Amino acid sequence: MVNIAVLVKQVPDTNAKIVVQGGTRVDLSSVKMVMSPYDEYAIENALLHKEALGGIVTAITVGDGSAEKILKDAKAIGVDELIRVDVTQDMDSNALQHVLVEAIQSVGAEVVYCGKSAADTGAGSTGPGIAQRLGWASVSNITDIEFSSKLCVIAPMGGSSAKIDVSMPAVISCDKGNVKVRKANVKGIMAAKKATVQVLSANCPSSTIEIIRHSMPPSKPAGKSFQGGDSANEVARLLREEANIL
Amino acid sequence: MTTIVIAEINNGSIQETTKELISAAHSIEGNPVLIIPCSNASTADGASNFEGVSQVIAAKSDVFGTYDASAWADALDSVMPQGTIVAAASQQSKDLAARIAAKRNLSVVQDVVSIENGEFTSPIYSGKAMQTVRCNGDAVITVRANIFNPVSSGGSNSVQVVDTSGNVATAVREMIERASKRLDVSEANIIISGGRGMGDPSNFSHLEQIADVIGAAVGASRAAVDTWDEIPHSMQVGQTGKTVNPNLYIAVGISGAIQHLAGMRSSKYIVAINKDADAPIFQHADYGIVATWEETLPVLKAAFQSMMA
Repeated sequence: MVNIAVLVKQVPDTNAKIVVQGGTRVDLSSVKMVMSPYDEYAIENALLHKEALGGIVTAITVGDGSAEKILKDAKAIGVDELIRVDVTQDMDSNALQHVLVEAIQSVGAEVVYCGKSAADTGAGSTGPGIAQRLGWASVSNITDIEFSSKLCVIAPMGGSSAKIDVSMPAVISCDKGNVKVRKANVKGIMAAKKATVQVLSANCPSSTIEIIRHSMPPSKPAGKSFQGGDSANEVARLLREEANIL
Repeated sequence: MTTIVIAEINNGSIQETTKELISAAHSIEGNPVLIIPCSNASTADGASNFEGVSQVIAAKSDVFGTYDASAWADALDSVMPQGTIVAAASQQSKDLAARIAAKRNLSVVQDVVSIENGEFTSPIYSGKAMQTVRCNGDAVITVRANIFNPVSSGGSNSVQVVDTSGNVATAVREMIERASKRLDVSEANIIISGGRGMGDPSNFSHLEQIADVIGAAVGASRAAVDTWDEIPHSMQVGQTGKTVNPNLYIAVGISGAIQHLAGMRSSKYIVAINKDADAPIFQHADYGIVATWEETLPVLKAAFQSMMA
């Protein structure tokens, strides 16, 4: 029996248009929120781990009540237990990792799966950060995994990739790779409806990183437009003479 | 305040982007201490002429032979002074930065593209918006490539070698040779990408031929990866693929979905080739060619060949 935790995060749909309101903060009020895409691979790997060796999978998220939807989505796919750490304020990586470590320890997990990065920040700090705080091994951006008393993963290494043995306890951050994410079936969706979410309060250290503002990306000046394939000659010349590339 | 730069190393040599990291550290404060993780102290010789550093330390340990996150974090932490740490925003160094930050109970700011007046700006939502933060106290910062001007090579530094060690938690069983000898999009300074407009995955061979001429990596849009099994996810540029910022990005038969733009819009120069004059990609292109790829790519290839000859 393996005690497995998987970290999931609610983010704006990756097809959503992002708008900065009032010149200072991103306005997400009309944006559809979904589970961060790489977290789906983390759940799949966690479920495969359970199926291979037996165990229990707990999905953990941090946020306000609205974040429980993605926990229910995780339940519908086959996760056993659901935990939400109740936090509403902005948190920097230090504060977030601190509350996640507390939740992971309260569950007694021996292995933690997470997405390689969340689609909002794209930072990828959480997996390695919590591993360091727990004193565990970690491998990031894995694309394949085999389960035995230890884990054998495939991950990028020096411009190529490598098969790597990882002893547990460990944190595994997941890239898309070769796994196919399963879909919820009717039984799962019914189970999700009835599922209860355990809410933990957080003992959250203050953040040292302060968000000053959000802004739209700097817009580029209009480029040069050409018609027809022969203009590729002119573009190649400009790349060398104007852009100083090549 | 002390700043520390962790040199970016690949295959035992210091990468050019390290000079950009030193320049980024200057934007924070003063000349940084340069730390070079190495298994052989001769690796550090490459930094002996870097300008703008206060001290060069070769952190020498067998653990730096292959990447193990916890061992690298341990081995570097023990030789680095306290201060704000700057590293490259490569996949491996972002992982390492998060480890070191956690070890020191610091926060980490990844993918920084601008440092001004103590404020750090990074793309969020894969570049659909920017976030500017201020760090109250020390932090760990990773910096994107091709943005800060590299320092010059007219300096003369003595390298101090310090032995260090860390506990290795993982073991490489075997290296896996890549099916393709081609550069990965995440490592390339030039990328040529194809979308569903290429019509058929076999037509990516035309992109590969151009890539061979100019030393580029070949990428793809999500539409192409989802449509054709022959195009692997490892080639995908976009919000759910790889985020890239090369010097030159050539988008062929790519309409410019928001998902794709998110992954490549910070490229220094963008060339778009598309038969649809209304394709959104043209709004982001420095040079846009409205034409089919069939009529454009042969001309482009010949032009590059004569330039590179």
